[in-house]
Amino acid sequence: MAESTVVKKGRASFKIRVEPRLNEPPAWYPAAVSFGALIVALILGGILISLAGGDPIRSYLHIAKASFGDSGVLSDTIVKATPIILAALACSVAFRMKLWNIGAEGQFIMGAFGASAIVLAPVLPAETPRIIFIPVMMMAGMAAGALWGFIPGYLKAKFNVNEIISTLMLNYVAVAWVNFWIFGVWTEGGFQMSPKFPATASLPRLLEYAEAFPILRGLTTHLGLVIGVVAAVILWFIIFRSRWGYEIRLIGDNPHAAQYAGINITQNIIWVMMLSGALAGLGGMSEVAGVVHRLQTAPVAAGYGFTGIIVAWLAKLNPLVIIVASILFGALILAGREIQPSGVPKMIQGIILVCLIASDFLLRYRIVVERGEE
Amino acid sequence: MDFTIILQAGIASGTVLLFATIGELFSERAGVLNLGVEGMMLIGAMSAFSATIATGNPWLGVLVAMFFAGLISQIHAFIVITLQADQVVSGLSLTFLGAGISLVLGEGLSKAGTVSLLPNFSIPLLSLIPIIGKIFFTNQSILVYVGYLLVPLSWYYINRTRPGLHLRSVGEYPSAADALGINVFRLRYFYVFIGGMLAGLAGATISLAVSPGWFSELTTGGQGWIAIGLVIFAQWDPIRAAVGAYTFGALRRLILDIQGPLVLFGFANPFYYNPYLGFFLQMLPYLFTVFVLVIGSREAMRKRIGAPAALGNPYVRGERGK
Repeated sequence: MAESTVVKKGRASFKIRVEPRLNEPPAWYPAAVSFGALIVALILGGILISLAGGDPIRSYLHIAKASFGDSGVLSDTIVKATPIILAALACSVAFRMKLWNIGAEGQFIMGAFGASAIVLAPVLPAETPRIIFIPVMMMAGMAAGALWGFIPGYLKAKFNVNEIISTLMLNYVAVAWVNFWIFGVWTEGGFQMSPKFPATASLPRLLEYAEAFPILRGLTTHLGLVIGVVAAVILWFIIFRSRWGYEIRLIGDNPHAAQYAGINITQNIIWVMMLSGALAGLGGMSEVAGVVHRLQTAPVAAGYGFTGIIVAWLAKLNPLVIIVASILFGALILAGREIQPSGVPKMIQGIILVCLIASDFLLRYRIVVERGEE
Repeated sequence: MDFTIILQAGIASGTVLLFATIGELFSERAGVLNLGVEGMMLIGAMSAFSATIATGNPWLGVLVAMFFAGLISQIHAFIVITLQADQVVSGLSLTFLGAGISLVLGEGLSKAGTVSLLPNFSIPLLSLIPIIGKIFFTNQSILVYVGYLLVPLSWYYINRTRPGLHLRSVGEYPSAADALGINVFRLRYFYVFIGGMLAGLAGATISLAVSPGWFSELTTGGQGWIAIGLVIFAQWDPIRAAVGAYTFGALRRLILDIQGPLVLFGFANPFYYNPYLGFFLQMLPYLFTVFVLVIGSREAMRKRIGAPAALGNPYVRGERGK
């Protein structure tokens, strides 16, 4: 790619040339490019909002105030960020292996279902102490999510079935599956939702400690945040410090080399899809046990799995950066609920992803501007 | 339950999938995987409906839909052809973008009421054929007939014409095509645009003919993804794509209609008396897509036919040929 464009500007002429980068850019550079892409995306989003008859500056100021304005909304932002963290971790580990798991949404929903089944079946009675209830729900959520990841993983490994389509199709199946249970079996008064969970089956929230620490009054942040952060740290160690992580990275970067090195790609496809599904499932568990407190489709299948894809990409698949990026998107989703027109948060997410992907070009190529002679 | 009526409606609903599938097929044949079909269809459905409301002319709606969906497909084309980014992620982002933009610009459209729709008519003589005439040629939307023409034309274009040969060469062996003086970049842009236009037409088919109106994301309900799955099942062949699309259309209709009657095959209809069983019916098109993919992928592995060789790879001049 050695195209060059000559721009005449005033008396001086510039020559713009694009050439491949031969050496690694400095460490700060990718982050700067991503940040730049984010800014460009917000500007483009602003233009579209004003085209649709909105006021972009007021919209953005509103987002900032409604998500970081005081400790109460900041806590709500973190609550929104929690499921995104786990969904994005799920996407990141699969993407690392170039395994396009678009089904974090369905795995998330199945995780919520698995965790809820412990309460609703009921597997454990309502009097079970929290210290037993919560871990059992976590395991059930992870198992259900992992199962939902296993299916496309197995089909990919065995029959070379395109995982993008199969994971996506299973999203719709998961929604219908949960709808069946909450409508046909666990319905509360004929509505499409289950009865409320007992207090013992809910994740502890900050506001429960308001008596001892009045500053925590009204704060809804729940234990799911800790679960998400711990999961991120563990995943970071797996990816960057373990043998398995090395295999995953090698398969992603160069599957042929990995095969020659004797790494079992087929088996890794299945295991990574299960890990991915388990992480998303844990997110679903955290959402039902920490926020919704009942099984219900609308608040659970709210698109966290899809936002996770964008966040994973924004964080360049780094588990620790995912935590920060999730909080940004948590803010966007929280504040976006009140913005008109209602599609704005989704549109901005789309624009951000488009800009991020376009900006990758700057990591692989450099643009040289030369001042030419008259 | 009259099965000819269900099949007749199934053909109409399959036409949506047909346009989207053939569009994606053109794009993939040129070597560009575009996962943004769902987003482009939403853009098409929304712009077709709103242009028809504004002007009262559904034909203009169809044109607007094809133009805007084609336009937005060029974002993907620019990112993957010129900027050489990953086609999977870029296509995904196009789906997000298309859904977001159509939700923002389509705000309020769902309450806009009814519009003048595309005409339905029967084909003289052909509609008199027993059963087949009733299913295929009676009281169908004009777009359904457009679909019938599109299938053989696409097949002929791809397999029997010179531009079709260029199309295939760009998707199979771009560096050889380039050496022969074919402009790989321009052709890829062009076929992504064609894919976008057909996805837009698919969207317009929904909002102006098959199930008129704008119901935000539910308008397409994942049909764009099913279309991508169908391309794999069709093994990049328009005729097989048509078979898949119409089968799926009929299945979708059957699922809607089976819940209606009180009696089914002489038994009390379980779906009528236990409406929650309907959720299992809702799963069927999606499960069936996975099933069809398994079949298609196994067959492709066995017969060693596969995707266009350069599918998913950016073409970079001067790099070792692929």
